[in-house]
Amino acid sequence: MTSETHGESGAPDIAAIEAAQPGWLVRLRRVPLTLALAWLVVFIVLLWAVAPGLFTSYSGTVGVPGEQLRPPSLEHMLGTDGLGRDLYARIVYGAVHSLSGAFVAVTVGLLSGTLLGLIAGARGGWTDAAIMRLVDSMLAVPSLLLSLSIIVLLGFGTVEVAIAVGAVSVARFARLARSEVIRVRHSDYVEAAFGSGGTFWAVLWRHILPNSLTSVIALAALQFGSAILAISTLGFLGYGAPPPTPEWGLLIAEGRNYLSRAWWLTAASGFVVVLVVLAADRISKAIGKTTP
Amino acid sequence: MTAPLLEIDDLAISYKVGDHDQRVVHGVSFRVDRGEVVALVGESGSGKTTTAQAVLGLLAGNGRIEQGAIRLNGIDIAHWPQKRFDTIRGAVVALIPQDPGSSLNPVRTIGAQVAEVLQIHGRGDRRAIRTRTLDLLTRVGLLPAEMRADQYPHELSGGMKQRVLIAIAVALNPDLIVADEPTSALDVTVQRVILDLIDELRRENGTAVLLVTHDLGVAADRANRLVVLQGGRIQEQGAVKDVLAAPQSAYTRRLLSDAPSLTKVRPARRAPGSGEDFAIVVERLTHDFPVGGTAKRFRAVDDVSFKVCRGTTHAIVGESGSGKTTTIRGVVGFLKPTAGRIRIDGEDMTTLKGEALRRFRRNIQLVYQNPFGSLDPRQTISQIVEEPLLNFAPPPKAERAKKVADMLHRVGLPETFLGRHPRALSGGQRQRVAIARALVLDPRVLVLDEAVSALDVTVQAQILALLDELQKALGLTYLFVSHDLAVVQQISDTVSVMYKGRQVDGGPVDTVFARPNSDYTRELIDAIPGRKAPMLALSTASVRG
Repeated sequence: MTSETHGESGAPDIAAIEAAQPGWLVRLRRVPLTLALAWLVVFIVLLWAVAPGLFTSYSGTVGVPGEQLRPPSLEHMLGTDGLGRDLYARIVYGAVHSLSGAFVAVTVGLLSGTLLGLIAGARGGWTDAAIMRLVDSMLAVPSLLLSLSIIVLLGFGTVEVAIAVGAVSVARFARLARSEVIRVRHSDYVEAAFGSGGTFWAVLWRHILPNSLTSVIALAALQFGSAILAISTLGFLGYGAPPPTPEWGLLIAEGRNYLSRAWWLTAASGFVVVLVVLAADRISKAIGKTTP
Repeated sequence: MTAPLLEIDDLAISYKVGDHDQRVVHGVSFRVDRGEVVALVGESGSGKTTTAQAVLGLLAGNGRIEQGAIRLNGIDIAHWPQKRFDTIRGAVVALIPQDPGSSLNPVRTIGAQVAEVLQIHGRGDRRAIRTRTLDLLTRVGLLPAEMRADQYPHELSGGMKQRVLIAIAVALNPDLIVADEPTSALDVTVQRVILDLIDELRRENGTAVLLVTHDLGVAADRANRLVVLQGGRIQEQGAVKDVLAAPQSAYTRRLLSDAPSLTKVRPARRAPGSGEDFAIVVERLTHDFPVGGTAKRFRAVDDVSFKVCRGTTHAIVGESGSGKTTTIRGVVGFLKPTAGRIRIDGEDMTTLKGEALRRFRRNIQLVYQNPFGSLDPRQTISQIVEEPLLNFAPPPKAERAKKVADMLHRVGLPETFLGRHPRALSGGQRQRVAIARALVLDPRVLVLDEAVSALDVTVQAQILALLDELQKALGLTYLFVSHDLAVVQQISDTVSVMYKGRQVDGGPVDTVFARPNSDYTRELIDAIPGRKAPMLALSTASVRG
C-alpha cells in the first residue's frame, strides 16, 4: 500500500521540495528593498520609544536658554524650537507617546472590531443585521467628527485620544472580519468540522478564526499608520496630550507658529510622521500578500 | 507526401517559478495531419495543456518556449510575437476552451460574442455577419437561432454554452481546432452530444482536431491517433487501435487498466445481504427549496426511497441538478427534509437536532469531492485527522496520537506526513487524508460525494481500491454519489438513478445496467465513453483470461 502511494502520480516529490527550501540567509536576500527599509524605519522608531536616551543627549522637554530657533547644525541636528529645545530630541522622546497612542488605538479597533465581525459573520441572522447596521451608522459619520465627539465625552489626554481613534476604526475591522468569516464559513473544511461533531465554538476557534485573520492583521498594520496620523491630527488640533509633551502632532502644531522663520520645525516632524505611515503601509501590503 | 498541418518538433517549454526555470515539457514531437483527430492524453501535470497552449501562442506570462519548433502549414510559429498570432487565431487555429461556465462574457449576448470573431477578422458587413452568426448557431443546434442570439450566457445551460464556444471556434473554418478538455465540465449525456457535434463539424469541413483530454475513453472513441504524455515526455504515440490493442509503454498499460470506463472487470462482490440488516433506510424523502421571495417552492428531491444493506455500497447516480447532493446532505444531517424519513442504523435522523444530532454524527461521515477545499490549509495532517476525536470525550493525548498514526497507515500514507500541511500533498494524498479524518471516529456509514471525480484516473483507481479494502476490513457501508456510471459499475452493489429529483431506476447494479427500466438510464449507459472501441473489450478480456 505504502509503496503504491509513493508512486501516486502528480504527487509533488516532497523530499525534493523540502530540500530545495532555501536557507534563511537566501530568503532574507529575497526580501524586497522597500520592505526592508520599512522594517528599518519601524525598528528605529521603536528603539526611540524604548530607549530615547541612547539617541540624544538633550532633554525632550527642557530648553537651553539663548539657543532658540537655531537652524539645523552639527550641534542641533534638526535645529531648535522657540524655547530652545532640540527638535531631534523632542521627536525621539515623542515617539513613545505617538507609538503607544497608535498601539492602544489599533488594539482597541482590532479587538472590538474583530470580535463584532466574528460574531456577526459566524452567527448570521438578526445578530448579523443588528451589528452591521450599527457599523454602517458609525461609517456614516466622518471619522474626525466621531473622534472629536468621543474625546469631548472622555476628556483630553493621550490615552483618551488613542481610544477615540481606535473606536473609529472598529467599523472597518468589523466589516473586514465579517466578510472574511463568511468566506471561510462556507468552505468545505468548516462544514466537515461540523460534520465530524464539532461544536459551534470549537469550529470558530479552530478553523474560522485562524483562517480569517490574515487580512485583518494586514489591516491592523495599515491602521497603525493611520492611527499615528489621526493622533497627530488631534494633537495638532490641541485635543491630545497637553504641552510640553513632545507628541508628534503637537510638534507640528507648535512649529506652525514659526513657519516663516523656522520651517524645519514643521517639516522635520511632518516628515517623520509621513515616513512611519508609509512604512506601516508597506508592511501591511507585505502581510496581505502572504496567503496560507 | 504533403506537409502535415501541424508539426511539433522537439518542443521544450519551461515556466519561471521564483527565480529558476522549471521545465514542464521535454522534447515533445508529434504531428497532426489535415482532417485528423489527434488526442493528447495524460493526467494533470503531464504538460498536455501547456503543449496545446503553445500551439495557440497562449502560454501563461511566465511560460517560455526553450527549444524546438511548432510548424503550422510548414511555418514555424514558436517564437512569433503575440501580434502576429492575432492573424491566425480563429482563422487558422481555433480553441474550444475547457470551462464553458467562465469562457463567455457574461454581459454580452451570445450573438454578439459569435459575431465578434467575424468582426475581428473583417468578414463582411453587419448584415452578412448577422446572417452568418445565425447560420452558425443553427449549425451547432442552438434553436431557434434568432432567439438564442439575443440571450445572455446565464440563460443557457453548460452544454449550450459549450455549443456557443464551438460555434465561435468553427466560425472561420479553421484548419485546426484545439479542444482543451472540451467536455470534462459537462454531464456524461451532454458530453456525448457535444463530442458528436465536434465530430460532425470536423467531417463536414475537413478540420483537424487536437483533442486534449485526461479521459482515455473519450480519446479512444474520438481520435485517429493517440499521443500519451507523462511528466512532459511522450510515452507513446500511434494509431488508436494499435496503442489500445498493444500498448508499448508501461505507463499506457497502467492508464488503460485504471480507466474505469475501459475495464469492465469488477472484483467479486458479496451477494447483497438478503436479510433485513439495513444500515441506511431512506423512505419517501422529499425536499423543497423556497424560490427567492415568492411562495413558490422548488422540489429538488421528490419521493425518493432506497435501502442499503450493512457492509455494501449504494450508488446514487445522476447529472448535475438531479437532486443527488440534496439527498445525501439530508442523509448526513446537514439539511432537514421537507418530508420523509432517513434512518441510519435504525435511528431516525430527521427527528434529531442540537446536541443529539451532534452526538449522532460520529456514526456517519462525509468525504467531499474537492480535496483541495475540504482540508483546513492551516492545520497539519495530524491535527486534521485528530480533530474529530477531540469532539467526543477525547481520549488521552498519547492514545490519540497512536490512533491518528494508525489511521494514516490504514489509508496508506507514511508517518512522515503527520507534520505536513495539506499544500505539500497531491490531490490523491489529500483525499486519503480526508478519508482518514472521516474514519477516525469509527463511523458505520461513509458518504462519498463525488469523492474520486476530481482525481486523475490512476489516482482514482488507487482510491477506489483503498475504499474497497477499507470496506472489507472495517465492514463499512458506503453511500457513493457519482455522475460517472463507469466508476459506479466498478464499485457499487446497488444503485439509484436520479433524474430531476426523482428516482427513475433502482436496484442491484447488474440488473439496472443489464435491464434499465427507464429511457434515461439507457441513455446514461450508452453515453459511457469507451464503448465504441471493440478492441478494448478484447484487451481487457485477455487480461482477465
